[in-house]
Amino acid sequence: MVAHLIGLRFRILGNSLKRSPWQIVATVIGGLYGLGLLAVAVAGLFGLSFTTLELARTVTVLAGAVVLLGWIIVPLIASGVDQTIDPARLAVFPIPLTTLLVGLTLSGVLGVAGIVTSIAALSTALTWWNHPLAALAAIVCAVIGVLSCIVGSRMIAAVASNVGTGRRAREARGVLLLIPLVLLGPIIAALSGLLSGSAATLPRIADAVAWTPLGAIWAVPGDIAAGRLGTAGLRFLIGLATLAVFAAIWRVGLARALETPARASTASARSRSLGLFSAARTPTAAVAARALIYWFRDPRYAQSLIIVPLVPVLLLFYSALNGGPGFINATGPITALLLALSIFTDVSYDNTAFALHLQTGVRGAADRLGRVIALASFAVPVVLVFTVGSVWYTGAWSALPGLLGLSAGALLSGFGLSSVVSGRWAFMVPAPGESPFKAKPGGGVSLSLSMFATWTGLALLCLPELVLAVVSFATGETLYGWLALAVGIVLGTALLVIGVRWGGRILDRRGPELLVQLQRQK
Amino acid sequence: MADTAPPALEIHGLSKRFGEKVAVDDLDLTVPNGSFFGLVGPNGAGKTTTLSMATGLLRPDAGDIRIHGVQVWKDLLAAKRLVGVLSDGVRLFDRLTGAQLVTYAGLLAGMDRDTVAERTADLLRLLDLEGAGGTLVVDYSAGMTKKVALACALVHAPKLLVLDEPFESVDPVSAANITDILRGFVGSGGTVIVSSHVMDLVQRMCDHVAVVANGKVLASGTTDEVRAGSTLEDRFVELVGGRRTGEGPAWLRI
Repeated sequence: MVAHLIGLRFRILGNSLKRSPWQIVATVIGGLYGLGLLAVAVAGLFGLSFTTLELARTVTVLAGAVVLLGWIIVPLIASGVDQTIDPARLAVFPIPLTTLLVGLTLSGVLGVAGIVTSIAALSTALTWWNHPLAALAAIVCAVIGVLSCIVGSRMIAAVASNVGTGRRAREARGVLLLIPLVLLGPIIAALSGLLSGSAATLPRIADAVAWTPLGAIWAVPGDIAAGRLGTAGLRFLIGLATLAVFAAIWRVGLARALETPARASTASARSRSLGLFSAARTPTAAVAARALIYWFRDPRYAQSLIIVPLVPVLLLFYSALNGGPGFINATGPITALLLALSIFTDVSYDNTAFALHLQTGVRGAADRLGRVIALASFAVPVVLVFTVGSVWYTGAWSALPGLLGLSAGALLSGFGLSSVVSGRWAFMVPAPGESPFKAKPGGGVSLSLSMFATWTGLALLCLPELVLAVVSFATGETLYGWLALAVGIVLGTALLVIGVRWGGRILDRRGPELLVQLQRQK
Repeated sequence: MADTAPPALEIHGLSKRFGEKVAVDDLDLTVPNGSFFGLVGPNGAGKTTTLSMATGLLRPDAGDIRIHGVQVWKDLLAAKRLVGVLSDGVRLFDRLTGAQLVTYAGLLAGMDRDTVAERTADLLRLLDLEGAGGTLVVDYSAGMTKKVALACALVHAPKLLVLDEPFESVDPVSAANITDILRGFVGSGGTVIVSSHVMDLVQRMCDHVAVVANGKVLASGTTDEVRAGSTLEDRFVELVGGRRTGEGPAWLRI
């Protein structure tokens, strides 16, 4: 049965790859990236064997703790937990819970990330090759450590999907979870700043971490090599207990997920009025009203929204870290960039509901413009306030025209670019109702690739005002700033008009083909 | 005059293949004006594919489709104004309330605000969704979702209604109400095409029927012609084949 579950994992991966060649490309790129990281890690671990015992111990403990922490946290941020085998789908089969746990764990180990982690962890044996007993212990501890990583990440996934039963509660928690995750960067930066400032204290920090569940198992080989067998034994027990606790929590979570698949929803909001639709009179206005309602009701959009207020917080932090106000001044343009490109997957988010637009024969340009209006209705004021507010805070008023030009350029050109991109391509995004964190196999990488391409495209489109603004910041000549503002508004508006028209024509011409693409992603 | 008016839907030589698989194979079909037309066929017969192509949602590889004389793939907008569609297996904008969704469909079709408001209220009442008009569609039951999708198809008062599996998971009372509405629509001169698996329902409801299998029309005509004295279900099995005799494997007998 366990072998069957593992086989199922690869068959699902293989079958889903067969449907789209791009996913193969994405998976290969993901694999190569993993291989590169792996080579560096293995070489580094082997290299450690030629340094001092203390250094080797410090590095293995801290790196191990970070990897374990990463396994527990990162899946929630970036590309979602690998849910190739969704336990809820297995609920109908009579599989004993323990068998299911073992099968899911092993299928996790055999994923790309699992294989990379396993090889890296086993390479710690290389670090200790001149202490044979420690090297042997390293292999045993690597197995336990890797299992803790996988079970830990499954545990978090199970707990997260179990918290709350109602649709609303689930969605709200999913989105709120993002706040600490976005702020993770500054937290880590603060910690690493603290650490690099006092490299001498690192061994002591490693020693402390080695007593925590995160670091204990990775410290055992080092302790053996140093001849402290008692400490090694204690830490080994801590490591084992960690794995056991993770497994126990996961087991409870999984049992609950199997008994109550999170599908049923409780009472929901009711409203008599038509809300935003009561003002809509044209197809464009209707699309705008619908899009705006989605911005606030759909967690996948709320995810982009919630990042907005965090941008100034993040930049404040980084500028405090680097001691310059430059970061704060960038608040407006960066927010503009983030918001303008947040709709480049808009039609993909609609999923097959987009069929309604085709059935009713709404003009493509009306569709494009409506979506832009919905976003602009809050993006323009927010960006204005952020730009002026940041300059007010730093007192760099002479930079205001240039910054406004950059913000306007990024926002308007971004609207235009998003209008073309979202009308032409369907992307692998979470379907409506799915967790915003859920990733499809290979979807994470292909989405990142297209996102990278879109961002590069926007940077090129904004180049004129960017150059002018930079010249004005460098020379202190306000004239160039005003020029940047003029170019940003004029060029941006022109690109927006072109984007909406062109995107609209693409939709008019290729609507049915786009729907076929969307249906394939369903 | 009635004889010279073009049929509600006329399909000639329609073909569509997905990779290796031929979904629709040189299909011809004529749906007379004012008929209540049933499209029946086994799973994978090409019903949904045919209806998607006929309503401008899927581009055919070859063939000519006319709705009331308008060539669908030459003049998409004019064709879409004539037809109301209930698609099977597509999502709805389910973060809207029922009333919002129907309003949205009406506004997208280019209707003016007051007419949309009036018809939305009528449709929700007609389909027993009045109490649920303020609830998000995502929280609807499967049957209610079907009904609100039907309201979206009806709101712009089309001359031809194309309904793919409209009765799936709809409770019997609602199904009877929907049937009444559709009969009234046909009685006032409209044309309805429904695809369904439920032969009994089609036999009682439809005056015309076509049997489709493997992307071809096996039989088409008035319901009485097609069933030729026997029941539609027996006739269907006879035409399509694939009926197994016997009691299944021994281990399945308790």
